[in-house]
Amino acid sequence: MLVNLHGPWSPLVGRLALPQIPYDNPLVVGAFFFSLAIAVALAVGVTSAGRWGYLWREWLTTVDHKKIGVMYILVGMVMLFRGFIDAVMIRTQQVMAVGAHSAGHLGALHGYMPPFHFDQVYSAHGAIMIFFAATPILVGLMNIVVPLQIGARDMAYPYLNAVGLWLTVAAAALVMLSLFVGDFSHAGWIGLTPLTELPYSPGVGVDYWLWSVQISSLGTTLGAINLIATIIKMRAPGMRWSRLPIFSWTSLSANIIAVTTFPVLTAALLLLTLDRYLGTHFFTAGMGGNLMLYTNLFWVWGHPEVYFLVLPAFGALSEIIPTFSGKPLFGYATMVLASFGIAGISWTTWLHHFFTMGAGPSINTFFSLATMTVGIFTGVKVFNWAFTMYRGRLRFDTPMLWAMAAVFLLLPGGLTGLMVAMVPADYQVHNSVFLVAHFHNMIAVIAFAALGAISYWFPKVFGFKLDEPLGKRVFWYWVAGSLMVFVPMYLLGFMGMTRRLDYVSHPSWLPLLVLEEVGIGLYCIAAYYQVKQLYVSVRDRHVNRVGADAWGMARSMEWMTHSPVPFYNFAVTPRVHARDEWAWRREQGLTSLHPDGFQDIHMPKNTAVPLILGGLSCALGFGLVWRIWWLSAVSLAAIMGTVIARAFEKDTDYVISAVELERLDAGHAASSPEPQTVGIVAGGGLASRQAPSSRHPGD
Amino acid sequence: MTSRTTETVEPGEIVLWDARHDSHDRIATRTFGFWLYMLSDAMIFAALFTVYAILGHNYAGGPTAAQILHPGRALIETLVVFTSVLAFGLGMSALKHGNRSAVLNWIAVAFVLGVAFVGLEIQAFAHLANHGIVPQRSAFLSAFYTIVLTHGLHMVFGLLWMAVMAVQVLRDGFTDNVVYRLLNLRIFWHFQAVIWVCVFVFIYL
Repeated sequence: MLVNLHGPWSPLVGRLALPQIPYDNPLVVGAFFFSLAIAVALAVGVTSAGRWGYLWREWLTTVDHKKIGVMYILVGMVMLFRGFIDAVMIRTQQVMAVGAHSAGHLGALHGYMPPFHFDQVYSAHGAIMIFFAATPILVGLMNIVVPLQIGARDMAYPYLNAVGLWLTVAAAALVMLSLFVGDFSHAGWIGLTPLTELPYSPGVGVDYWLWSVQISSLGTTLGAINLIATIIKMRAPGMRWSRLPIFSWTSLSANIIAVTTFPVLTAALLLLTLDRYLGTHFFTAGMGGNLMLYTNLFWVWGHPEVYFLVLPAFGALSEIIPTFSGKPLFGYATMVLASFGIAGISWTTWLHHFFTMGAGPSINTFFSLATMTVGIFTGVKVFNWAFTMYRGRLRFDTPMLWAMAAVFLLLPGGLTGLMVAMVPADYQVHNSVFLVAHFHNMIAVIAFAALGAISYWFPKVFGFKLDEPLGKRVFWYWVAGSLMVFVPMYLLGFMGMTRRLDYVSHPSWLPLLVLEEVGIGLYCIAAYYQVKQLYVSVRDRHVNRVGADAWGMARSMEWMTHSPVPFYNFAVTPRVHARDEWAWRREQGLTSLHPDGFQDIHMPKNTAVPLILGGLSCALGFGLVWRIWWLSAVSLAAIMGTVIARAFEKDTDYVISAVELERLDAGHAASSPEPQTVGIVAGGGLASRQAPSSRHPGD
Repeated sequence: MTSRTTETVEPGEIVLWDARHDSHDRIATRTFGFWLYMLSDAMIFAALFTVYAILGHNYAGGPTAAQILHPGRALIETLVVFTSVLAFGLGMSALKHGNRSAVLNWIAVAFVLGVAFVGLEIQAFAHLANHGIVPQRSAFLSAFYTIVLTHGLHMVFGLLWMAVMAVQVLRDGFTDNVVYRLLNLRIFWHFQAVIWVCVFVFIYL
């Protein structure tokens, strides 16, 4: 039944053997000791502080949506760093390996990485940035913000939420393992067929890619179900659809995309897995297989995935810009419609990733027009943000800087997107670095919005702001780095440079490649200041302490509870009266956060089951990658056993009595400064009126 | 109170915090989420059926669909799976009356019929495999085996779930947790019949 493999295999350790550990590669050994040093430092730090129990109780076994969100973002940030190191390596190779006379080091003919290693690096860069950096960061943001915005006590399924997190962590761990045990896929983050088939990629690299992506996408699907159910079922009384905050709207549209398209990825990867493990013929080059079928299935997921990422990012912009403009969001209804327009059209654009397949003029035209329609919806959003800022009282705190830069970046990113949506133009730049520059430009929009969102909601979760001067420095280095890397890349694309080159044959391209290398250096400086910002902010947290409304001019309901948010979110569920409830209450002078009429509340208990499931999934993935069948069977059986055992657990909830709740809430209120309003803010009641007014009620 | 007003309200007349609104309907929330899961599962099958539509005639010189597929036999399997779903449905109507023994009996009937279905399927595949008709032979056979076995795996999972639920009904009675799981299982089991109809119509007929 199973395919015959070349090379050694033993029942005990499968394909695993000592030569599979790349101890002879100085780059990998360096990375290993770097990771080891961080791990040891963390372990020593936690032990010397005696915090293992705290870590276990408060984080590893938690089902609290805010902590789960924080851990999602933490994983995303760590993987963002890993993906960034890959980017530095790619850029450095390309700037070193220019022209026939360029020197070679470390066994490479040119540059310092041989082609097989270089191919792994760019495959890992793409897979990590999409699956393990962008996705977890945005899922984490939605996890934190959505329940607070809609006045819920937690997600609809807190336990499932933790399962989704630990599946993502397990998959990320598998990717990191591939660095030190075996190798990673060399077939691009998308898995080019038939290169991913066993005859052309007999190693374990593609299997690592397959299983890590498979496990993480399972986690994302579960998370998407959870978020949709939360938004539909858990809204506070009075929160009609016409009052749902825009970030929650975009989360809803994004997760509808996720729940319908991630399963297609699951199916595509499953079929490729069957090809590689059982010798079936779905995407093989012979026996009736169809390799473009894989490409189609992959992008049926792949393109909507882009909007799965960009919609919550747009949602964050739509929260940040009104807050720092002192005005309600312009065009709420069109914003909602545009979000769902983008989500709807996302299912019919996938073929634009391979117009060159030659599907024929009518098919290409359909997908070309569908793709351009996205530009209309996005244009609506850009104008709405611009009109929100128009005659507003702008404040340039760090979140606003990120948001405005994201809108600026959206312009070249979106316009180049429209360019490549035109079939004849796409034929010219297909697989060139022009395209690479375009989608990195769009990912930069997502990254800017996400970083803005993190600095915007950070004080809500932790009770203190991130350091502003350092945050601004990080921001400007990001802007400079992005321009320095991607403007030359656009130009090189026009000159005909194709993507994924481990060797650049045109010496005339060197100056622009050097500029890109300088840009990546600016990103390195930004990364340094980012770490420093976090350190300084935590060190000076007592100075930057904030109250419920951290920015003093926020509008939606997440700012209506203490900062940091207590584990129960709202002691008493708020009743919603306006679209921008907090702005409305402020306008009415109803800013008291001391509710009356406390009642007993039910909360879910912590559980180690999701963590165990994550660990077992990682073991299952490892067993399958190395074809260690006993390990795979044992892990799978243990996963099923654990799930069934959990179903028999009755003791999953507990009750906080009204008296205890009142005492807890008074404690939070005492430690949290009273909300302070900065300046005069136009009220929430105005939010439902179409014509925004620059006049304030107090004028 | 509507969102349309900017007039000042009387603080005394307005409810800002709603203490009564705490618990959400647990069963409704859980079944709703399960519908979303079914949507995602349906997308997996949609992808698999698409694959079959594209690869279904790529025989690569091997056996063709007409040579190896027997609609008559598949019709028997169809009837078995329909009856199993009917039995489970009757069990759910017994749940409405809170009749524990009737629920357990109908689950047992559904379980036996489900096992019979899986048995018939295993027998059919063993027969094919004995004649060298294996998924590795051609793209058509790969797609055919994958779609039917994915459905079969769902059936096995449903049977396991039924066994677990029988124990939970015995142990706990009809608590919220047990009821929502039974309702979800009904959705799941019904869904398998729907998928089987698609398999029967698109592949066997």
